[in-house]
Amino acid sequence: MADIAVTEQMLASDRAQVVRGFGLRDARFRWLTAAAALLVVIIFAGVIASLIIGSMPSIKQFGFAFLYTEAWNPVTEKFGALAPIYGTIVTSTLAMIIAVPVGIGIAIFLTEICPRPLRRPIGIAIELLAGIPSIIYGIWGLFIFAPAFQSTLQPWLIKVFGDVAFLRDLFAGPPYGIGMFTASLIMSIMILPFISAVTRDVFETVPPMLKEAAYGLGCTTWEVMWRVVLPFARAGVVGGAMLALGRALGETMAVTFVIGNAHHIKESLFAPATTISATIANEFSEATTELYQSSVIELGLILFFITFVVLASAQLMLRALERRAGGVS
Amino acid sequence: MNLRLYRRRKAFNGFFLVLSVLAAGFGLIWLGFILGALFYNGFSSVSLKLFTEMTPAPGAEGGLLNAIAGSLVMSALAVAAGTPLGLLAGTYLAEYGRHTRLAFFVRFINDILLSAPSIVTGLFIYEIIVRSMGHFSAWAGAASLTVIVIPVVVRTTENMLLLVPNGLREAAAALGAPRSSVIRAVTWRAARAGIVTGVLLAIARISGETAPLLFTALNNQFWSTDLNAPIASLPYVIFQFAMSADEGWHKLAWAGALLVTMTVLSLSIVARILESSKRS
Repeated sequence: MADIAVTEQMLASDRAQVVRGFGLRDARFRWLTAAAALLVVIIFAGVIASLIIGSMPSIKQFGFAFLYTEAWNPVTEKFGALAPIYGTIVTSTLAMIIAVPVGIGIAIFLTEICPRPLRRPIGIAIELLAGIPSIIYGIWGLFIFAPAFQSTLQPWLIKVFGDVAFLRDLFAGPPYGIGMFTASLIMSIMILPFISAVTRDVFETVPPMLKEAAYGLGCTTWEVMWRVVLPFARAGVVGGAMLALGRALGETMAVTFVIGNAHHIKESLFAPATTISATIANEFSEATTELYQSSVIELGLILFFITFVVLASAQLMLRALERRAGGVS
Repeated sequence: MNLRLYRRRKAFNGFFLVLSVLAAGFGLIWLGFILGALFYNGFSSVSLKLFTEMTPAPGAEGGLLNAIAGSLVMSALAVAAGTPLGLLAGTYLAEYGRHTRLAFFVRFINDILLSAPSIVTGLFIYEIIVRSMGHFSAWAGAASLTVIVIPVVVRTTENMLLLVPNGLREAAAALGAPRSSVIRAVTWRAARAGIVTGVLLAIARISGETAPLLFTALNNQFWSTDLNAPIASLPYVIFQFAMSADEGWHKLAWAGALLVTMTVLSLSIVARILESSKRS
């Protein structure tokens, strides 16, 4: 920073010039950073704009019917998004049903039960699950998990629920190994770390005095967690779960490997199906006609819209929580 | 004292605590299964050939050299473009704009981009680059990875700059340094380890990304350094080879999967060590 050294011999006018130079450079740097920040917004707007423009032909052709039509036929050029939307929602919901309780359980384990020296290593190991790329889950799911599932758990589930009225339909059909249930199971493993990490972090913001007071009244650990910690941390847990849901909805490669890519809606969770992201991954490069391609892009638009709503509400919830935590301390 | 109630509460407590231990075991077991399968299936296929030969035709022998090179080239381009942009944007959020409305909005959008489906990024780049160029290219692949790098770097940069104590900024300002010099010479330097962590995490994130490359960089069976042409990448080759019916291709896919996972996991572990050494 030799350029800042102002010597005494300097005339007042020189000094004013130097200071002006500082001001100019400062303003320039300020605008540079602001422009980079704006770029983030521009990218976001660009994503939306390009998806809307790209899906224009399909929007014009099918209108709102696109959202509730099941047909997906590249030969006759009839496209509808119902099957992929259904697949996306069912697989994500099922993944959440598995991952939320397990994720909260892990957070309870890490904050209450785990011996202190083991907390960091186990926490890191769980978070490593989030670091493993989606394609690795895909190849593992296809070659290891699906065959194992097909020969063990799946026939058992079909047999056990074979006589139960409603569940019989959900767990029906030949055990293919691949299908919606497999995709959901793998997805639940992938989103587990997001839920447990956020939950653990909000659990740690619970004032220890609250917990101590409850223990002082003679509560068991479970009662403290269920009646004191969880209600206090509810907003954060829900926010973390929504964040994980956003991930699950957009999950592509792992699902593409194991869902079976079949454009129909079947009651059974064991049936091959498809999701929005798997359809895009599988079919975009094969989409030769304009209408086909634009229908796939419209699927992308729908996916982006759904994830935007989910992620935005997660953001708002976690933000509000952050402000509250900031206010307390 | 109501002994029955007491016993029931105790049983409940024990039951749920056991469940939460099982939950942790559930998470750890999958990590073990996945890593175990990767080593078991991938290790036998790892040899020098992997790094010296090109991806083979079905039934032939070969390696993954062109895919490894393609991944390195595109990741390097994406990091080179995404790091400065993300660093500047993160600096705006933490320094100049901290409480402005623009910063609030940018933060919100950035966090959405951070978790937005990466396949949509691929569609976006397809629309703006591939369509106008008329063909798939390494540039388009790198661009789609850049879109993924930027939000990661923005988020970590902002977080790390906010950890720098204000006293440092005030001390520099009191010496007469203008704001821009304070940021570049003091806060950036103080947060350097954290910013490097962010870049490492971004590299880890893109080294396994497949979805955005499907219709931007596509694939190339041969050695290519032409950035205007389609280029191979490790994740794409894993996808293609695993989905095929060829036994030799499956082996290469496992070897590639092992390589990618080891890269990603060691990057995130190094990033974690850097981060925790900074905190203490």
